[in-house]
Amino acid sequence: MLPHTENRLAGATLHLLSCPVCGQTVRYTSAEALACPCCGTHLFARKHASLSRAWAWLIAAVLCYIPANVLPIMETRTLFGRQDDTILSGVVYLWGAGSWPLAVVVFVASILVPLLKILSLSFLLLSVHFHWRWAPLQRTRLYRLLETIGPWSMLDIYVVALLVALVQLRGLATIQAGPGALAFAAVVVLTMLAAHAFDPRLIWDSVKETVHD
Amino acid sequence: MNDRASTTVVVCHDCDLVQRCDRLAIGQRAQCVRCGAMLHRGAGMGLQARCALVLAGLLVFCLANGFPLVSMSAQGSRTATTLFGAALALWRQDMQPVAVLVVGTAMLIPLLELLVLGYLMFPLLWDRVPLGFDRILRLLHYLQPWGMAEVFLMGVLVALVKLAHLADIVIGAGLWAFGALILLLALNASQFDSRELWACYRTLKTD
Repeated sequence: MLPHTENRLAGATLHLLSCPVCGQTVRYTSAEALACPCCGTHLFARKHASLSRAWAWLIAAVLCYIPANVLPIMETRTLFGRQDDTILSGVVYLWGAGSWPLAVVVFVASILVPLLKILSLSFLLLSVHFHWRWAPLQRTRLYRLLETIGPWSMLDIYVVALLVALVQLRGLATIQAGPGALAFAAVVVLTMLAAHAFDPRLIWDSVKETVHD
Repeated sequence: MNDRASTTVVVCHDCDLVQRCDRLAIGQRAQCVRCGAMLHRGAGMGLQARCALVLAGLLVFCLANGFPLVSMSAQGSRTATTLFGAALALWRQDMQPVAVLVVGTAMLIPLLELLVLGYLMFPLLWDRVPLGFDRILRLLHYLQPWGMAEVFLMGVLVALVKLAHLADIVIGAGLWAFGALILLLALNASQFDSRELWACYRTLKTD
């Protein structure tokens, strides 16, 4: 069932706010230091310093993204020598082994998703920064998509963890986690933190009610 | 506004639109008219059914983490691992931050989620209010985005494929239990609405 609207007013105009934890709608006078009268959660009209925090996490993520893709995430030592695997070479290996559905999954989760997350989050931040009015609905949906797919980039970290634990055949083959894994884990966490710091309501703040439908 | 008891004013958390929302019937969801964000969820299963789900989840969690997920044998030697074992292996290779991340996201946070849900809902069965209800509910709100058990299961599948041609792989009881755990976690999450739980708490408090 769809709720009905009240003349398309923003919560910021009416000084109204719904508590994300208990759902209570609160009227506020000043934007700072507001606690939900019902459950005591600290409330903010907009997430505190949303843009600068999101930018900071994002820049940190970009810095980690390069070593995450260049450095090996896994080092395999066998009788015949040593092989370093980066994320991309892991995908190539899966593809070559004939399991292309999994190759696609790993490619999407480990390479495409972090890259798209970084790009689309920068796009969202820029769009808010310059008060673009264009397609707020699509941008909000993009943000929700970012939050949903965020955890899936952890896939490769889990794969490395399992391989490291299983392939410990003394003298025959051992697998070690490489420095790339550390950088990659950092990218996943940092992009998730950046997405959490971003406040999608900022997208709508620059859109006047009359512009939309 | 003549039907105040069943209609509430809601401000969308994604686009800041103020709108009215009727009380929802069982299984109904309210979406924001402008951006489609989910605002409210009506009561789904009854409290007892949800408590049962949490119990089942905890039971399956023990199975999923107590039994090996996968075991591998090659050239006469045999290795098996659980989720915790995998993280331990990372820890021993000086990858402590990654190990903590793996244990945290795939094991501790799902466990905490189940425990917290149980702690919040079981006392309500006997009309009791658990201690620190508001703080614990808030904790759940912050934990939820960081649970990644389903991604871990996908990771196990990818690892299986990578190892399949190198050695004999036996799928352990833990993996099946992990599959069940993910279904139960998803079911738990889909039935959970903090507002509804909060309303339950409020009526008990005023009584």
